[in-house]
Amino acid sequence: MKKQKKHWNDYLYIFSAAYLILGFFNILFAYLGLICFFTPLAVAVIGGSKAYCNRYCGRGQLFSILGDKLGLSAKKDVPKFIKSKYFRYGFLIFFLVMFINMLFNTYLVFSGARDMKEVVTLLWTFKAPWKWAYSGGAAPAVAQFAFGFYSIMLTSTILGIITMLLFKPRSWCVYCPMGTMTQTVCAIRNRGKIKAYEENSK
Amino acid sequence: MASKRKAFVDKKHCVSCGCCVKVCPISAISIYCGVFAVVESQKCVGCGMCAKACPASVIEIKEAQ
Ligand code: SF4
Ligand code: SF4
Ligand code: SF4
Repeated sequence: MKKQKKHWNDYLYIFSAAYLILGFFNILFAYLGLICFFTPLAVAVIGGSKAYCNRYCGRGQLFSILGDKLGLSAKKDVPKFIKSKYFRYGFLIFFLVMFINMLFNTYLVFSGARDMKEVVTLLWTFKAPWKWAYSGGAAPAVAQFAFGFYSIMLTSTILGIITMLLFKPRSWCVYCPMGTMTQTVCAIRNRGKIKAYEENSK
Repeated sequence: MASKRKAFVDKKHCVSCGCCVKVCPISAISIYCGVFAVVESQKCVGCGMCAKACPASVIEIKEAQ
């Protein structure tokens, strides 16, 4: 069967992999991850499309490579509840609450109410010491945000890898908060067109 | 000869990730307005590549009426 031609953006998984690795060496690289936060939202809000998911997301590509090319995925269907709206929106809300919590922690360090902690929190629970990746030089709050943000990125990668192993390679995309958020933005922004489409196909 | 088996998307549960678009050998499936995937029925050959790749397993290959 004919393979689709490769484009430069098919190699963005290298960026995603490099990002995760760099965080082990210097936590301040965590800031690069903000690109993966704002680009998809900007594309959805301004362009009204999921071009980011569909073409540029390196994380999705990474899961494809691990699951398909390396054959690590069981390629089973995801359980029904994961694709339900309740779970997807529930997970998005949980994710956003934890994000705000992370921002609040950064604020506490900024205001001096709390000391900066050199830990990466995995799955919102386990605190992994991460001292080696930071040798000072940044304001405590700046470093705190880096630790917090990297924790979120690594946690979501771990969840994504688990569901990649158990289900289809890109199962993470089913409940990925960025994916849910951008799809929602598109649905609201393009509601006229969607409605017209649905009426046409009746 | 065009095959009669075609891909059908359960739009309600599609997460518009685009995995199906990436694997379709003849570009018969695309994402509509960032919300769900749509199949161009005349083009689709029912090969099932998209159904295999779909992480939400919302594509079904079945006989078109
Ligand atoms: S759903 Fe998430 S992981 Fe999947 S392509 Fe979109 S942003 Fe990337
Ligand atoms: S792969 Fe499945 S969930 Fe993703 S856009 Fe295609 S039909 Fe929708
Ligand atoms: S069944 Fe094959 S030809 Fe039809 S949309 Fe899916 S991948 Fe494309």
